Amino acid sequence: MNNVCVYCEFEEGKIQDVSFELLTKGRSLANQLNCKLEALVLGEGLAGIETEISKYGVDILYIADDKRLCPYTTLPHTAVAVGLFRETKPQIVLMGATSVGRDLGPRISSSLTSGLTADCTNLEIGEYEDKKTGRTYENLLYQIRPAFGGNIVATIVNPDNRPQMATVREGVMKKEIISETHKAEVVRPDINQYLREEDLVVKIIERQVESSKINLKNSSIIIAGGYGVGSKENFNLLYELAHTLGAEVGASRAAVDAGFTDKERQIGQTGITVRPKLYIACGISGQIQHIAGMQDSAMVISINNDANAPINKLADYVIQGNLENIIPRMIRYYKRNIK
Amino acid sequence: MYKIIVLAKQVPDTRSVGKDAMKADGTVNRAALPAIFNPEDLNALELALEIGDRFPGTRITLLTMGPVRAAEILREGMYRGADAGVLLTDKAFAGSDTLATSYALSCAIRKIGDFDLILAGRQAIDGDTAQVGPQVAEKLGIPQITYAEEIISLAAKTIRVKRRLERGFELVECPLPVLITAHSTAPDCRPRNARRLMKYKRATTLSERHSASDDYLASHMEKSYLAITEWCAKDVNSGLVQLGLVGSPTKVRQVENIVFQAKESKVLTADDADIEWLMQELIARHTIG
Repeated sequence: MNNVCVYCEFEEGKIQDVSFELLTKGRSLANQLNCKLEALVLGEGLAGIETEISKYGVDILYIADDKRLCPYTTLPHTAVAVGLFRETKPQIVLMGATSVGRDLGPRISSSLTSGLTADCTNLEIGEYEDKKTGRTYENLLYQIRPAFGGNIVATIVNPDNRPQMATVREGVMKKEIISETHKAEVVRPDINQYLREEDLVVKIIERQVESSKINLKNSSIIIAGGYGVGSKENFNLLYELAHTLGAEVGASRAAVDAGFTDKERQIGQTGITVRPKLYIACGISGQIQHIAGMQDSAMVISINNDANAPINKLADYVIQGNLENIIPRMIRYYKRNIK
Repeated sequence: MYKIIVLAKQVPDTRSVGKDAMKADGTVNRAALPAIFNPEDLNALELALEIGDRFPGTRITLLTMGPVRAAEILREGMYRGADAGVLLTDKAFAGSDTLATSYALSCAIRKIGDFDLILAGRQAIDGDTAQVGPQVAEKLGIPQITYAEEIISLAAKTIRVKRRLERGFELVECPLPVLITAHSTAPDCRPRNARRLMKYKRATTLSERHSASDDYLASHMEKSYLAITEWCAKDVNSGLVQLGLVGSPTKVRQVENIVFQAKESKVLTADDADIEWLMQELIARHTIG
């Protein structure tokens, strides 16, 4: 009761990275709140999963291993999670802001009448004073996220309803193993008490999911393009520079929305969060929602026509001018100077 | 033929936000911004219209919740092919979070009554939460299919839909009724139809008619299709404690304009000398190479 719970997403035979990142964050929140960290994993073929999950400091692990829970469909996962949460009454529930988490989270919150905040970029514990009633609440979850197209940052709280729910994108939190030998108490609830026949009406006829070939999160150098790159063709310049430097190509939301490159490359609040050694921002103006996904880069170079682009403030080096001129020269002078 | 309800939202165009966009209480100052038809709701409308093309006699009702001005998108939807519009508007809805919004919408859907399909955009550009669709489905106790890209088939009481996932797709089959949210990769909405524009351009809600002239009102008396349905909280039998700020479990504690920790930037030109110097510097520091 009153613990922190992380819904661990089991996809294509493994737990998603974002779930481990949330377990790490959940562990530190539980420490602050002086409560336990719980995890919930639903799927099929979960033998041995407890070893993998326990390491992140989980105290209680709920496992439901059943063919009706795999692959993921909305209603069975909702039924089991809601049924369990009604009994275990967690104070906080965290989920990945993935295709699955964004489908499941709102369904659970609607059923439990609890507040849910999507795509948080930070989670903290703090107090809240309701100005109307004058009542002060201790130890609430601060759900912090850029809002309103990324023009402001809002801190959201759920004073009265439980659980306090939040989704977080991959890469926002850092994952960290607490102890290789840590053992969680494993609980295997009987899901038949939660599942009804009508929860099984949606059938998956065909499913094709590929592992990502793009590894932005673990790249030490990222060349990112924004709307200012201008076209899909101009993005080829970025690929060339990336190829030369052994880097990966990322993009801002504006560039993805304009169709210059794939959604998988999107960096920012509604994309992925990265912390490379070097971030080269090409034609990116620097909205908060983008900055949220790259502000921890060790070094930033901004290439931009506009001397006043907000991202320039974050940059160690600002190169003013056109990408078409600058990138080929970067490639040439890199090759000339590297031994 | 099918009965379809399309959920739509009028949203501030967040791509052009000014400094007066937020009010002191941390909610959005919608009046200060250009208002548009939420893009993915247009994808949802198109999926509905395609069903209408295949099954003549299909009836598409567009439902929105918002201020009186939100009737603009109902007219826009009617120009493009929706058969009717419903505006849900009441001061009691102000400040609603996604849960309170989904409650109000589910009450309005119950009042509309019979339906086979509910279509909505995956998410609205002012919040990007993607929560209202699934929350409405849960309140109505019906299944959901999120991120729809294409309706593959619809026969009698079964629908087959292609869903767009982060790294792939899924083909799912589900009995009606179901709520479907449309992904931006679904077909773009067809443009306005000139004949429909002429027919519906004077379609108005009750609130809009309050400020209209007599001969304008006379035309409404003859043509009932010009009356856009307008409901308040009481009309849809919603409980006040579940609406608006009171009914919203999430509260905005604080809103900040973020000030970046500005770094001391070195500004370079696009000249050969500057760029060669930078590449040498990065190599020397082992940042690259």
